[in-house]
Amino acid sequence: MESILLRARGVPNSRDLDSYLARGGWEGLKRALAMAPEAVIQEVIDSELRGRGGAGFPTGRKWSFVPKDHPGPKYLICNADESEPGTFKDREIIEYDPQMVLEGIAIAAYAIGAHTAYIYIRGEFFRWARLLEEAIGQARSRGFLGKDILGSGFDLEVWVHRGAGAYICGEETALIESLEGKRGFPRLKPPFPAVVGLFGQPTVVNNVETLACIPHILTRGAKWFASIGRPRNTGPKLFCVSGHVNRPGVYELPLGVSFREIIYEHAGGIRNGNRLKAFFPGGSSAPVLTAQDVDVAADFDACAAAGSMLGSGGIIVMDETVNMVEVGRNLAHFYAHESCGQCTPCREGSDWCLDIFNRLLQGLGHPSDPEQLLRICRYASQGMTICPLGDAFALPISSLVTKFREEFEAAIKRSRPLPPQKLPVMPWTGKDIRFGG
Amino acid sequence: MKTQAISATPPEQLQQVTFDSAMEARIEELLQRYPTKRAALLPVLWLCQERYGWISQGVIEAVARRLGESPAFVEGVVSFYTMFFRQPPAKYVLQLCVTLSCELCGAQRLAQRIKEKLGIGFGEKTADGVFQLVGVECLGACGGAPVLQVNQDYYEHMSEEALDQLLEELAKEQ
Repeated sequence: MESILLRARGVPNSRDLDSYLARGGWEGLKRALAMAPEAVIQEVIDSELRGRGGAGFPTGRKWSFVPKDHPGPKYLICNADESEPGTFKDREIIEYDPQMVLEGIAIAAYAIGAHTAYIYIRGEFFRWARLLEEAIGQARSRGFLGKDILGSGFDLEVWVHRGAGAYICGEETALIESLEGKRGFPRLKPPFPAVVGLFGQPTVVNNVETLACIPHILTRGAKWFASIGRPRNTGPKLFCVSGHVNRPGVYELPLGVSFREIIYEHAGGIRNGNRLKAFFPGGSSAPVLTAQDVDVAADFDACAAAGSMLGSGGIIVMDETVNMVEVGRNLAHFYAHESCGQCTPCREGSDWCLDIFNRLLQGLGHPSDPEQLLRICRYASQGMTICPLGDAFALPISSLVTKFREEFEAAIKRSRPLPPQKLPVMPWTGKDIRFGG
Repeated sequence: MKTQAISATPPEQLQQVTFDSAMEARIEELLQRYPTKRAALLPVLWLCQERYGWISQGVIEAVARRLGESPAFVEGVVSFYTMFFRQPPAKYVLQLCVTLSCELCGAQRLAQRIKEKLGIGFGEKTADGVFQLVGVECLGACGGAPVLQVNQDYYEHMSEEALDQLLEELAKEQ
């Protein structure tokens, strides 16, 4: 497939506005401004573009939920809080082609009628926040952003807003709370942000990669975009491959290629000629898949049918040397650290799982541990928490327990017997020793 | 790439904080971006951390006064996010990613190497105040695992040799 989202990779000075214009940049916005906003939304609906942040919700439909006759301001937020373990694609787009993101933002803002857009970028991305600010300055000075864009009468200001280290702020309602200057506590939905979002106004939150697709849809048409991939799973996708592969990195491929092709052809296969043991197909919050699943197609529906999810497209590859109990401990540590603490099943459950994993690895396992882990996970998922972080830790951990049960049993077998579980009770002497009776 | 050292204002100078006109101007500019004062809280805290190196109680109170919030509210926000330092940090804060991809690619080996070279474990600082090691969760650069962030900069594909070299260079800057 031709390079679309990453076509600027390798081009000298690719971040420069002139370089972007030479690639046909900002043409999508020109086309959009000549159309009615509803027609732009329809074009995106027809492209069947699905959100690239993790949930895979159809982007055009998300835009169409914004009330047309709303009297107050509306907002667009570009979610650049890239924090899902195994995901590093948005950074790649910003590194090589920040103008493309800005053009996507401008088109989206025009479609929903927003005059202010915020790019919420994770705090650790100092460099990429600077790159975005430079890009905004350039675009503004040439009239692609700001007042009366390209003489159309449409105004748009774009601001970069930096997070400060919190995984949960990638969740859209937590992001909105954080942008409002609060702790990143997810909100209950409904109301959905499209109706009540930032500062109580209708808001659309889109991932960087999602917005990066928009200029291409507008310049080359929805039909062209939908011809890549397969129905309901259209367009190019950035797959991030990390872990035990020879060539880790970001690969742009049509949705629906197999994980075998991604891992063996593009990422160069498993290191040291080892065998593949398992992989997380869409960030660490997706249930783990095993070597047998390597022929599953990498798209939203095929991953769901295989009992996992495509998520953000972050593929973490593990070879035969990996102990899955240790993988569980690592993930439990991550989620216990990142749980915002609002909901008991997530806050306590993730910590409890971490305790169990630590015990198992210290030779203090108990025969009931696998069942206990599954029980904790059951009560933290399936809508028991405000946001999906409950599912995010529960699904991968329970998948590790179910698919690699023998490794948990082995850890229990290696364990020494636990000290007695009952509190020591003083033997009854017939006298109440406390009162000397 | 040359990583900039953090220069932390000593605690005794940050007990009572008043913003000078340069800070005031930047705060005023930030406030223009949002319809509420509160929304400028994270950007203003970042401004303070850039300026003073860390967020003291005095800074929290000054920010609260400036934005019309209670110090308790501001402290609640500061403590929620991991990147705000509540104590003066070392000149170089070594933030080693310990999440899955980095762990698979040898993050623990780097931690051990730092222990051997500098004698510090996670959460510790060298006696001369030059280095500090922190274990952090996913830095979003898993393709470059293992990843080490030093102050604002990312160092990817870190081998033990590259780490040795980096530590030497940073120490020489002193």
